[in-house]
Amino acid sequence: MALLFSLPIFTIAGFVLTPAGEIWQHLLDTVLGEYLRNSALLMLGVAVGTLLIGVGCAWLTSVCVFPGKRLFAWALLLPLAFPAYIIAYTYTGMFDVAGPVQTWIREMTGWKVHDYYFPQVRSIGGAVTMFSLVLYPYVYLMARAAFLEQSVCVLEVSRTLGCSAWASFYRVALPLARPAVVAGLSLALMETLADYGTVAYFGLGVFTTGIFRTWFGLGDSAAAAKLAAILMIFVFTLIVIERWSRRRARYHHPTYRYRELPQYRLRGWRAGLAFTACFLPLLAGFLLPAWQLALWALDTWRDMVDASFLQLALNSLQLALGSALLAAVLALFLAYGKRLLDSKPVDAAIRVVASGYAVPGTVIAVGVIIPLAWFDNRVDALMSSQFGISTGLLLSGSLFAMMFAYMVRFLAVSIQAVESGLLKIRRSMDEAARSLSYRPLEILLRVHLPLMKGTVLTAMLIVFVDVMKELPATLILRPFNFNTLAVRAFELASDERLADSSTAALAIVAVGLLPVILLSLGIGSSRAAS
Amino acid sequence: MSSYIDIENVDAGYDDLQVLSQVSFSLEPGQIGCILGPSGCGKTTVLRVIAGFEAVWAGRILIDRVEVSSESACLVPEKRNVGMVFQDFALFPHLSVEDNVRFGLKGMSSKEQQVRVQEMLAIVGMPAFAQAWPHQLSGGQQQRIALARALAPKPSVLLLDEPFSSMDADLREQLAREVRNILKQENSTAILVTHDQNEAFAMADRICVMNEGVIQQQGSGYELYHEPANRFVADFIGQGVIIPARVENATTVKTDLGRIEGKNPLGVETGSMVDVLIRPDDVVHDDASGESAIVVEKAFRGADFLYYLRMDSGIEVMCLAPSHHDHRINERIGIRLDVDHLVVFPRG
Repeated sequence: MALLFSLPIFTIAGFVLTPAGEIWQHLLDTVLGEYLRNSALLMLGVAVGTLLIGVGCAWLTSVCVFPGKRLFAWALLLPLAFPAYIIAYTYTGMFDVAGPVQTWIREMTGWKVHDYYFPQVRSIGGAVTMFSLVLYPYVYLMARAAFLEQSVCVLEVSRTLGCSAWASFYRVALPLARPAVVAGLSLALMETLADYGTVAYFGLGVFTTGIFRTWFGLGDSAAAAKLAAILMIFVFTLIVIERWSRRRARYHHPTYRYRELPQYRLRGWRAGLAFTACFLPLLAGFLLPAWQLALWALDTWRDMVDASFLQLALNSLQLALGSALLAAVLALFLAYGKRLLDSKPVDAAIRVVASGYAVPGTVIAVGVIIPLAWFDNRVDALMSSQFGISTGLLLSGSLFAMMFAYMVRFLAVSIQAVESGLLKIRRSMDEAARSLSYRPLEILLRVHLPLMKGTVLTAMLIVFVDVMKELPATLILRPFNFNTLAVRAFELASDERLADSSTAALAIVAVGLLPVILLSLGIGSSRAAS
Repeated sequence: MSSYIDIENVDAGYDDLQVLSQVSFSLEPGQIGCILGPSGCGKTTVLRVIAGFEAVWAGRILIDRVEVSSESACLVPEKRNVGMVFQDFALFPHLSVEDNVRFGLKGMSSKEQQVRVQEMLAIVGMPAFAQAWPHQLSGGQQQRIALARALAPKPSVLLLDEPFSSMDADLREQLAREVRNILKQENSTAILVTHDQNEAFAMADRICVMNEGVIQQQGSGYELYHEPANRFVADFIGQGVIIPARVENATTVKTDLGRIEGKNPLGVETGSMVDVLIRPDDVVHDDASGESAIVVEKAFRGADFLYYLRMDSGIEVMCLAPSHHDHRINERIGIRLDVDHLVVFPRG
């Protein structure tokens, strides 16, 4: 079962070793260098951007007191609701030559279009900015949690040893939080690598766009798979880094005596600076784009919201809901099986499935379609030769293929949630129920499920939102004429109908807000607990 | 509802680590047995094989003369009709007290369930708590509910895994006596696992002392204390010291404290050197005695003093004296031996 869902990952991994075709050689000669360079630049830029914003805001909101601190603590998570591709269209729309900002500048100064310099949004720098704005919350979340967990003693010791507040931050707090920060950073970088919508829209040559071009433009699935394999090597390096830093994090707790952190009360210009530092990412990462989208949507929604739009919304909703349910059931099955059997092979298989979340949707789509197409062709050949019936494509290009890809990508989320929920239920609960004559399945229904209702619902919510936002795998695998909100928004934006895409985009962002709210509630309650 | 339980030559363990070897014991219907031993001796494993959570490697287990575990077969826990009270009580947090007790009453009409739940809550003395939630109860109350839940389906045998370990020391013996009364009232066969001998003495009819997966001795508390079968039991149960002695004849040994005569033949060669177990209650404080010793340490225990004494030969013994006999450290006091049960171990 777990093996079934790791099939796409293994398929792609297999392509690392297959001999290279002519097209591959061509790719190698022409674009591979560009892909590598662009990917590296993107990662470097996003790393710097998310670190600056994420760590800075985390420190300010966890140990300093300034106006609005409590609000910022959770509001800084809001940009997480924006898929990178949507913020990218929005900013392009705002800042391009015909957009409101440049128009305003021209009106104010009387300059003509070529009289002044204005930075291009659709560039590597722009992409780095977009990614940094929506991905910094990963770093922020992890860093803040680490700062809040830090023992007050070590910070006080550093103050008594003569370190100033700033020096304490650099020499004690930051090194202690480093594993958490690195873990958050690698999550942000994984998302950067997985993105298709933004880089495609900006016309940047990176691996995900390369896979699309090779697949649809050159029609070479083997070369596309090879590109996917290289991308996966990047991703797995990040996974290893993330795991490694998480393991180190365990040793980074010198004492278990936690108290409220020392609160530096900021006044005057310092407070203003802190306020601005926290407000800017929020403004640029959420408020401005949300405002722009809302303005556009107000203009266009009458034309856009019609029967076909509702059909799209329904499609998205059904897909997301179905995937969320399916993922929850499968995760329960796998995690509970692991709890019952306690065997090493099952454990290892579940680990592989769980790594699916880190694998870009493009890679998974390619990994799904290759084995399914093989299966379809085999069945077709068999049926034609035996019964003279051509079955055509049974699975590839069907909703089944899409759901399967979603499961491969998002099952990890629900498994993780269900596993942590199960871990909190002591073994003696199971045994008590068994000694009271209940069979394992009855125990799952009567004891475990009621106890972890909350966790399972959270897991379903996250999968739901992820599927709503998902773009690249849907683009590759969707059946003919089947559209979702995300695909529609992408298509309209690609046709430069930015304002028209805003209604769909706004709907996605609104849905994306749900888990962010949930997360911030969680943060609030953890603070209440401390 | 109360049944015979027979454990026959059971070996068991986890993966390739053997935990139990050749464990055998039996209980009659309504008897309360106890597995007593230090932590890590395998006593909890005994409960787990009886409950069916672990399989046996060899030997067999019978509940009411029916084989439930053997080398080749292991009946699943839910079919054994075994009740269990866990160390952490394992009350279901999402169910009220009433629903917890009702949980195991399958295949009964809801009216019968209601009657049985009320009956059980009355027996454990908590009828007013039916609507309460587990987290609202104190440790002792949770324990009573756990007991009521386990007893409600009338199990063939009730297993209790260190049920008092999370209680205050003063509560333990009182609760142990209460639980014993409830079990006797329900006429339930039960097996208790504990490392605390006072709990074992307060609850059990029959105690198995266990060490390193092997049962060292079975018997009543009185037998284990006064007639320990080996040095481990002598050391683990009660206090005492071991002093050297020479065998004078078939029933008598001579020690530095004087001559001790046993009731039964010792079965040791006359003239050989042996070790003799001297309990604190074997040494009596008597100013008229010719023997004396110096007080090295003393512990006031309310009703009595426990004195640690050093004799002129350098041998140290313990002496239990009534609490009005208050002597200073380094004071010399008269003692004599008053041994009811002579316990002799060959020198090894």
